[in-house]
Amino acid sequence: MKFVRIIWANLLRKKVRLLLTIGSFAVALFLFAFLGVVRDAFSRDNLASANRLIIINRTSIINPIPLSYRDKILRISGVTGITHNNWFGGTYIEEKNFFPQFVIDPENQRQVIPEFKVPDDQWSAFVKDREGAIVGARTMERFHWKIGQRIPIKQPMLGSWEFNIDGVYHGTRPGDDETQFWFQWDYFEERVPESFKGRVGWYVLQVDNPDNAPRIAKAIDAEFANSPFETKTETESAFAASWVKQFGNIKFLIVTIGSVVFFTLLLVTGNTMAISVRERTNELAVLKAIGFSDRKVLGFVLGEALAIAVIGGGLGLLLALALIPLLNRLLAGLVPVLFLSPGILLFGFVTALFVGLISGFLPGLGAMHLRVVNALRRV
Amino acid sequence: MLPKLFFGLLITIAAAVALLLIVVVVGGILAGLLAPFIGSVPISYNFRSIRARWTSTIVAILGIAGTVGVFVAMLSLARGFKATLVASGSPSNALVMRAGSSSEMMGGITLDSIKVLQDAPGVARDASAAPILTQDVVGVIPVPLISTGSDANVQVRGVSPNVLQVRTFAKIAEGRMFQPGLNELVVGKNAANSYVGLKVGNKIDFAGGHWQVVGMFDAGGSAFDSEIWCDSRVLAQVLKRPENIFQSATVHLASPASFQQFKDAVISDPRMNVDVWREIDYYNKQSTTMTRLITVLGGFVAAIMAIGAIFGALNTMYSAVAERGREIATMRALGFSASNVILSFLFEALVISFTAGLIGCIAVLPLNGLTTNTMNWQTFSNLAFAFKITFDLLVMGVLFALVMGVLGGLLPAIRAAIQPVAVALREL
Repeated sequence: MKFVRIIWANLLRKKVRLLLTIGSFAVALFLFAFLGVVRDAFSRDNLASANRLIIINRTSIINPIPLSYRDKILRISGVTGITHNNWFGGTYIEEKNFFPQFVIDPENQRQVIPEFKVPDDQWSAFVKDREGAIVGARTMERFHWKIGQRIPIKQPMLGSWEFNIDGVYHGTRPGDDETQFWFQWDYFEERVPESFKGRVGWYVLQVDNPDNAPRIAKAIDAEFANSPFETKTETESAFAASWVKQFGNIKFLIVTIGSVVFFTLLLVTGNTMAISVRERTNELAVLKAIGFSDRKVLGFVLGEALAIAVIGGGLGLLLALALIPLLNRLLAGLVPVLFLSPGILLFGFVTALFVGLISGFLPGLGAMHLRVVNALRRV
Repeated sequence: MLPKLFFGLLITIAAAVALLLIVVVVGGILAGLLAPFIGSVPISYNFRSIRARWTSTIVAILGIAGTVGVFVAMLSLARGFKATLVASGSPSNALVMRAGSSSEMMGGITLDSIKVLQDAPGVARDASAAPILTQDVVGVIPVPLISTGSDANVQVRGVSPNVLQVRTFAKIAEGRMFQPGLNELVVGKNAANSYVGLKVGNKIDFAGGHWQVVGMFDAGGSAFDSEIWCDSRVLAQVLKRPENIFQSATVHLASPASFQQFKDAVISDPRMNVDVWREIDYYNKQSTTMTRLITVLGGFVAAIMAIGAIFGALNTMYSAVAERGREIATMRALGFSASNVILSFLFEALVISFTAGLIGCIAVLPLNGLTTNTMNWQTFSNLAFAFKITFDLLVMGVLFALVMGVLGGLLPAIRAAIQPVAVALREL
């Protein structure tokens, strides 16, 4: 601890350089965190519940399944809950105001998907209101909607619709999708033409035990095999993963950019440390001449590098902590929820320490092996 | 009220700073590049010192090159996505969909409407005077990707047998065209390369039918290259779609100029409830969301990286100036003016950043033409597209490097020039 002062004094020797190096660290760590957040946003398949199954039409997700399957599915042992949804595909004023609208089954939705919380009074208002809607918090905020407001939504095939916002749902886990818009199945059925009635987009199923999921999925698909509407039943996580994979190589892209950033950062800080040690050759020689051990000299250089890494990295991560919620709001409708997880913060901090150590190590090693006689001769 | 005032003030300040920066940057680049032609700037000294301090130089170069590389790669990705969808349209085709549909997936046109289209003015006719048009049934089917092994949605399009006369940019590259009425498929070039089992001669099963892949077509790098085509009547049957309803119709026009005539005639017909798009415009519109996403994210990442690279360049140049205090003082003592020294350091920074810009561009050049897949949100289907690195992107990359060079080199150059000569020399 008594050497903190000498490290501190050395740090402050060139203030511009110190600021710039800390700045590069902060920028790199901010970028690191941002890329991590984007990567997470595009690969969010870990939020799926293990005891839920999704049933879609075997032909493709855009083909419907009959509502009459519901009772047959419920009869299969191990199935504890079921709800049916539909994709509405409407537009609020302009096409760029995209958010997903689901036609839901108010009776069972809350039981099967309990992680989306709606206050009880709002939910009961919704259930009673045929034209009611429950909207995710993020979409409410994006359009500055208020509870009680009436919202026009246009559907190209089904015409103009209006809904009353009766409540807001919040996700309970960070990263939950808070952009959906739910409205009542009965209202939908009442207004659509005959060919749309009794058709379900997908079923969400609750099973008693995740271990039974494969057996139940097989039983359901076997039940409807060779019918005009064959089904494909998957666990929610498999379903989510197959969506995520369709984003393409975003992960690869981000890892590549991240490595370029990391490598560049390493070079810049390593070089700065090398220069500052080179400039100080004489002083280090004097230190060694008056009896400081090789290890201590290495420690001074390493300590300095680590201090820069910790301060710069910390600043960058703080910046990310402050700015990412803001970016999340600005980019609503363009990217999925951006959320900075503790894992990214920790990984970022460890990376900063690692870069600091490496960048201090080579110049430090040079300082350690410095031959006092040669160095002092130059004074 | 207060936040508004605050933001207004912020924007004004930002604009002023931006303007100042632009003046400084443009002036700096011009002055720095012209330095060799201004009488007595010690250019040869700079080249020699770049060589003497090669490690720092390389570090600065790599920092800037990395930034330029990311910048160009992201832009080329957005460019490639846009190019794929824009190439999917022909100016001499008109796409007809149900009014208000934002994509073909939502369409629905009856056979009666198609008959009206066939008689509309401006439609091209073949040798037997039959109108050239295709009525399409569009769906998506899950097929495993070769790269990940997991299912992705492939767009499958039922078309009229004369589709190649409508989409003239598509050619059969291998095998033959499907025969009307049979369960036969032709697959796009990218689809054949991206998905398991879509090779000519193979049999695949989907939607409860058995299909024979009889040919592969090349649609010139457009979105159609990611599709599978077959007979629209067969597809409608297999997908259990109502008979005689199509998602869209594409009409080949007598000439690009007859679009307006065709559109006016169709729109004003009281029997019709449709939108008419020039095919190019429709696909161009489809590309906007994804292009915006890539540009916004890519631009943001490149901007942040640029700040980091400028810090790095500043550090390198400041260190260079600090190490060379005596040399600079000597030059000044020999009679080089302060402005000469500024110009010479600016020139040095620009040489470094220019080299870095070139290296960054060359490093990403192999990405050109590399194909990748992503989701097309408008159709819920998977689309293959390629990085497209064009000459203007490379020029932008090098300019970006020069801007970083000036921002990183100007302040250190000024510091070099205003160092007191006597003090620096005394250290000798």
